[in-house]
Amino acid sequence: MTDRFSRGDVERIARLARLELNAEEKDLFARQLAGILAYAEQIQRVPTEGIEPTSHAGAAAALRDDEVRPSVPREASLATAPDGDASAGLFKVPRVLG
Amino acid sequence: MRASEIRDAVARRQASAVDICRAALDRIAALNPQLNAFRAIAPERALARAAELDARVDRANLPLLGVPVALKDNLCTRGIATTASSRILEGYLPPYDATVVERLEAAGAVIVGKTNCDEFAMGSSTENSAFGPTRNPWALDRTPGGSSGGSAAAVAAGIVPLALGSDTGGSIRQPAALCGVIGFKPSYGRVSRYGLIAFASSLDQIGPIATTVADAAMAMDVLAGHDPKDSTASAAPVPNFAHALTDNGDGLRGVRVGVPRHLFSEGVDADVMAAFEAAIDVTRDRGAEIVDVALPHSPQAIPVYYVIATAEASANLARYDGVRFGYRAPDARTLVDMYERTRGAGFGREVKRRIILGTYVLSAGYYDAYYRQAQQVRTLIRGDYETAFAGADVIAMPTSPTAAFALGERTEDPVQMYLSDVFTVGANLAGLPAVTVPCGLTASRLPIGLQLTGRSMDDATVLRVADIYERATPWSNERPPIPASTPSH
Repeated sequence: MTDRFSRGDVERIARLARLELNAEEKDLFARQLAGILAYAEQIQRVPTEGIEPTSHAGAAAALRDDEVRPSVPREASLATAPDGDASAGLFKVPRVLG
Repeated sequence: MRASEIRDAVARRQASAVDICRAALDRIAALNPQLNAFRAIAPERALARAAELDARVDRANLPLLGVPVALKDNLCTRGIATTASSRILEGYLPPYDATVVERLEAAGAVIVGKTNCDEFAMGSSTENSAFGPTRNPWALDRTPGGSSGGSAAAVAAGIVPLALGSDTGGSIRQPAALCGVIGFKPSYGRVSRYGLIAFASSLDQIGPIATTVADAAMAMDVLAGHDPKDSTASAAPVPNFAHALTDNGDGLRGVRVGVPRHLFSEGVDADVMAAFEAAIDVTRDRGAEIVDVALPHSPQAIPVYYVIATAEASANLARYDGVRFGYRAPDARTLVDMYERTRGAGFGREVKRRIILGTYVLSAGYYDAYYRQAQQVRTLIRGDYETAFAGADVIAMPTSPTAAFALGERTEDPVQMYLSDVFTVGANLAGLPAVTVPCGLTASRLPIGLQLTGRSMDDATVLRVADIYERATPWSNERPPIPASTPSH
């Protein structure tokens, strides 16, 4: 499956990840990811039928009580934003539709 | 000075916290130009904090009184720039402190600055920092390892006696080994991750880097425990780690040290293997029983790790979109254009490579073959450790298959760089505690580390065995060839 890892594949995945890549990066990643995936494919030879997947190695997460508690104030969060509008209480972004 | 010596001296007023803090700041000023271990220094905050401690009447009870501490730059500190060594967070001032920062300060520690790391902790050499690599104090043309390379170099160079790192696949232990200091990755859930900039949340764990096991244990007494802000932080009772080190005179009698010899057949440097064998002999001399153990799925640990870690990273790094914090690309026409350009300009190459890989293994058509399969093999790896721990109390391996490598040596080949973590990723996949302790020097005087891994939540045994080993050998006293003290100006 990795021999089909092309520049077009990288472009498709980069679009899913909302990640702009330049031409050099697309070629480099197409080549390197083919190599990394060829290496990673060894896990597909391990028999795993009936084996439960592990998503977390810790104990099951304990849920806390659903209580209102203080958190980071809105003004403090807006202050770290590239374009926060503290008086309106908003993060400003470019237009959503092109 | 060790952390415990500083604490005692300040408590007895043989030294002031301000003088200790000033000495650390002077040493940063003297050594950082060559090491590039620090990303940010907080002299005013540190000196004010030290003065406050000197004035406190109850100071003698503080377990880390006056101890200068450096923090990896992926730990949020209110009002101190926190970047995870990424352009996308350049200038970011978090509005809150990580839980470990609150705990350290409540214990009397003085935070002097933030240390360089691989961008978003992705790397094994600190060369992926957007702000230049850190250099190894033992040989300035070599990497300190990574990703917590700045923290390990700062401790090895005697700038601070204690630093925090984070460990997702070996990022505390490998740099600690390559810099000749102690590095401890606690059990998953033993230390709160609240305020740690997430890389791979099912693997990430914060832990201490120090010059002695006793200092690392003392730090763990402050760091460990439940936190309502992190649902994965365990509510299990926390033992007294420093107390657990007390040698009752039995040495290692009754301790079974498991050695998975089948993993050492290739790729381990001869110097490293010789130091490891000598270390095993020391544990035997101190009374340990050496047993063979098998970890049959360990050869798959690196590919499993890189599938799971990149998948989780691709999700965790979705938040860097130019909206709420950090960098935003200028002049974007639309929202999506802004996202793509911000991320394209803000992330470095290794981070982009991992986002692409992680997105791919989670994408339709590949999820089962890669991500789900990796999670299933992860179950088998955990099972291997459980089986091994039926016959052993700790498992010993070299921490890294080689000593420190040259800057630039592995940057062109991602798989070669990933293999730096071959002995360390297993503990993360299985959630186990693991420590590295110095166990020798190569012929060219580069440090070698012994890794000891323990049962889940049995952090105390790992630290106790490491402490007894350390006290039986001279290796933790070896220092890199840089000035031992900084002339005062």
